[in-house]
Amino acid sequence: MEAVAFWVLALAAVGSGVAVFVVGSMARATFALLASFLCVGAELLLIGLHYLGVLVILMMIMEMLVMVVFMVAYMMNPAGLMPMTMLHNERGAFAISGTAFAALAVGIFAVPWPARAGNPPRDPTFALGESIMGSKMLVMMVIGIAILATMIATVVLAAHRGRYDRDGAS
Amino acid sequence: MVEVLVLGAVAVAAASLNAAFAGHRPAEPFHEAARLLTMQRRVTASADRLLTGVGVISLPVAAALAALVVPVGGHVAVDAPVGLVWFNAMEVVAWASVWLAGWGVNSAFALVGGYRFIAQGLAYELPHMFALITAALAAHSLDLRVIGEAQDGLWFAVWMPVAFAVYLISALAMAFWGPFGHPLGGDLAGGAALELSGPDRLVFLAGRYGLLTVSAAVAVPLFLGGGSGPLLPGWAWSLVKTAAVLALLVWTRHRLPVLRMDRFMTVAWTVLIPATLLQMLVVGLVVV
Repeated sequence: MEAVAFWVLALAAVGSGVAVFVVGSMARATFALLASFLCVGAELLLIGLHYLGVLVILMMIMEMLVMVVFMVAYMMNPAGLMPMTMLHNERGAFAISGTAFAALAVGIFAVPWPARAGNPPRDPTFALGESIMGSKMLVMMVIGIAILATMIATVVLAAHRGRYDRDGAS
Repeated sequence: MVEVLVLGAVAVAAASLNAAFAGHRPAEPFHEAARLLTMQRRVTASADRLLTGVGVISLPVAAALAALVVPVGGHVAVDAPVGLVWFNAMEVVAWASVWLAGWGVNSAFALVGGYRFIAQGLAYELPHMFALITAALAAHSLDLRVIGEAQDGLWFAVWMPVAFAVYLISALAMAFWGPFGHPLGGDLAGGAALELSGPDRLVFLAGRYGLLTVSAAVAVPLFLGGGSGPLLPGWAWSLVKTAAVLALLVWTRHRLPVLRMDRFMTVAWTVLIPATLLQMLVVGLVVV
């Protein structure tokens, strides 16, 4: 059952990844990419990494929705109503991606995989936080807030107030 | 699965309540549903039917998937150790739904409505996430049942009022309801839902009631003590509290003006985010 789900999700992830380069509209390409990421998130859920899996789903939806705004804005064909292509420099891209794929595929078979050591922890979410942050928890929290404050300050400083904004309220 | 069906029934009741607030008969939503079901679809030129369909269907599906982890009393459809994050992920699907519905139909006003919701999403999402994390921090868990049970005696709504208030605001914003209904605003002749007709419109608007209901139901384990209460069993208290929060949310649509999201953005980023961060700091100090 799990094996079937794995293969279905894996094929769907690759299939929607291919669709990104086949479809003729920027909006469709973005959501095909989102579908691919959602399949990867579901694969993580399948192997018991609930927090990471749900986080991938959450972040990818938000990310792709922000991306679609910019991708549509920057395309030469903004409405996506006329045919467009996602392929550029086809020969060079094919050579690079073919080499990368071959190298990774060879790596899978050439690397001696280590045997499993230990068992999965009872609470993978807690173990993940411990292994990422551990003794640096306070530093990580402060940095997190500092990054957020920087982002907001940057946006506030960059936002240009136009003549339609009254009393600085908008 | 019973829990999801019960929340679905509560969503239908919310539609009736909305009709009653508007001065119509409570049965009016059923008439409207029958009308939409028998109505022929209006088709726009060069519409992206696939993307529109995905947008329309994903809204109720996301609401139902979110309802899977919502506890009713001690019962929950799917036992989820990270239920809070799952609810957050499913609620963000609404961004995609509204944008896709607005984009796909190839109509200018609908498109503007779709983009409005992305802007609104960026405004409400950060304070919303901080409010969720604050409750999880106090309960040391991302499991909604554990969070509900952690409030024996003192509800989180009482000692973290800022987080609760921000949660209620963002519940309205995520369901683009009432004061946050600008994406479907009358100034855009209906906004993102403008060109949706017939069964499409029914499914989309039903999904919005579903999302509103789920967000009201999640407020109960997060801030209102879950199923705890005297005399009645846990599931009954959960439903009573859900109904009370939902009635408050529905009521706002008829008493509060619609907000422009660029103004809400300013308030959200300069007032709500610092306020929720301070709230989290206070809760963190109390808990540790």
